[in-house]
Amino acid sequence: MPERTVVVASAHGLHARPAALFSQAAARGGVPVTVRKGAKSVNAASILGVISLGIDHGDEVVIAVEGEGADALLDELTELLTTDHDAA
Amino acid sequence: MTTLTGIGIGRGIVVGPVLRMPDPLPEPSTMPSTIGPDSERERATGALAAAGEDIRARGEKSGGKAQEVLEAQALMADDPTLRSEIDSKIDGGATAERAVFEAFDGFREMLVGLGGYMAERAADLDDVAQRIIARLTGVAAPGVPESDTPFVLVARDLAPADTALLDLDKVLAVVTSDGGPTSHTAILAREKSITAIVGVSGALGLADGDLLIVDAGAGEIVVDPTLEDLAAAEAAIGAQDKRGDVPIGPGRLADGTHIPLLANLGSVDGIEKAVEAGAEGVGLFRTEFLFLDATSAPSVAAQYAQYSKLLRGFPGKKVVVRALDAGADKPLSFLNDAKEENPALGLRGLRALRATEQILRDQLTALVRAESETDADLWVMAPMVSTAEETTWFVNLANEIGIKTAGIMVEVPSAAILADRVLRDAAFASIGTNDLTQYTLAADRLLGTVSSFQDPWHPAVLTLIAEVGRAGAALGKPVGICGEAAADPLLAVVLVGLGATSLSMSPSAIGDVRAELAQHTREEAQRLAAEALGADSAKGAREAVRAALALHN
Repeated sequence: MPERTVVVASAHGLHARPAALFSQAAARGGVPVTVRKGAKSVNAASILGVISLGIDHGDEVVIAVEGEGADALLDELTELLTTDHDAA
Repeated sequence: MTTLTGIGIGRGIVVGPVLRMPDPLPEPSTMPSTIGPDSERERATGALAAAGEDIRARGEKSGGKAQEVLEAQALMADDPTLRSEIDSKIDGGATAERAVFEAFDGFREMLVGLGGYMAERAADLDDVAQRIIARLTGVAAPGVPESDTPFVLVARDLAPADTALLDLDKVLAVVTSDGGPTSHTAILAREKSITAIVGVSGALGLADGDLLIVDAGAGEIVVDPTLEDLAAAEAAIGAQDKRGDVPIGPGRLADGTHIPLLANLGSVDGIEKAVEAGAEGVGLFRTEFLFLDATSAPSVAAQYAQYSKLLRGFPGKKVVVRALDAGADKPLSFLNDAKEENPALGLRGLRALRATEQILRDQLTALVRAESETDADLWVMAPMVSTAEETTWFVNLANEIGIKTAGIMVEVPSAAILADRVLRDAAFASIGTNDLTQYTLAADRLLGTVSSFQDPWHPAVLTLIAEVGRAGAALGKPVGICGEAAADPLLAVVLVGLGATSLSMSPSAIGDVRAELAQHTREEAQRLAAEALGADSAKGAREAVRAALALHN
């Protein structure tokens, strides 16, 4: 399954707004997407799941996408995570 | 009369009666369902959808940042993980109300357990849960109370859904018992210019109808004020209204001394807003946006296009561009991808640029090319400079490439302490108060547990700023301020007293700072600065300056 390791850029980590952007994008893909931090893996389309990982600024996470268009979706998700949504 | 204190947002002063936010709904009963799992699931589906739609509609009505926050809340109501939690509790015999309550509570505990910024998001979850349960039990959703007369809203904490819909004609101020400076209440109050004090212990002891004076600038609430208190508050409000009348124009002290007010910008998108606010140029243009999303450094041509747009926005004016400020805390794989234990003390700023000199050369080349086609006055500065040797290296390289005015940021105490030597080669210094505070007090800016140290009023920070101010004056070199400190109107006056020759801030703060500067002469500013320097804490410095002003007026 195609996956990618990304370092999260948002200054406060993946809290409400950045997590929402991320899980919305994951849900739009229409294919199963998981995000893993350490040993814990969750459904990336679930904002509460994503928040529950407690992802901080600078944390490394692994996104995995199954199915059609995996690479393009991985590109999009990677870009979201490497943008600092908290920058004023 | 009693006094309560908290963290003030903004500088407003208001007088008005309390109106309390209604108490949250009672916890749903643990009695097992009498209608069976299928019917409970159906009820849950309906309530989740309706609450999500309701929150989304509120978001559309309010727009802006509030809409993004509400959109995140609406997603929580649609969440597949939450839904499976609710379903499994219903299958275990719970009512829909109880299942929703327990499922949200589980997530809430988890957020609180994460601590810091995440824990402050727990209010978002509570709000969504309450709205869904209110739907299920057929009662009105809890929210901001309504009144025909203006009031001071007192609450435990406000959820985004509440702050977004505050009727600004009726809500004079907001006082919350919970929440810190980064809670939604604080963020949205700042954005909408609502007078607010958050984290007020004792706020929940206030009753409907209690008369309050809310002074956000002082972070103070007077309960049941005396007639004298009220007269003093009215006078302060009057003085504030008058200050608001200072027309847009150059920043000037009462004695006419020109203190240019400049804008901090993070991309070219902010140009228009800065010009509208009357910015006399740009005091800090952060260039990270060009690099952060990239896997390799952007080309000279791509950078040139952005710089050119920036400089064309400020014809004939000063524009200070900061060279790329990245490091292990803002990781760029092509710059430094080594994992560091202490990124704030690591290979960042100018240190990282020296390690990959070509990136700096390209950036400076693009800047020179952009400047040659416009008549803006381009200054370039290096971030995170610690020594005179680094300064000389940067200034020489910048001059060689064609930058006429090359200076440095003072963020590291060593550069401030030896400012007289550092400024020998630099054409100017610009003090980054956020990092200077972090390094002086040895407290990580990004760490909530030590955030109380992050206060630029601290006399240790001010002493270092004074050192730079003195060196600048002796050598005839400009000393600017480009941190959050310049956006605090009273502190801005103190900074001028310490020797700052220009102030740069987010455009929305320029009006207030212009108005405050116009109240004081240079001599007064120096006197206030001396008061602040003599204090033994940030709080003490603030109080000493306020007391000196009160005595004077």
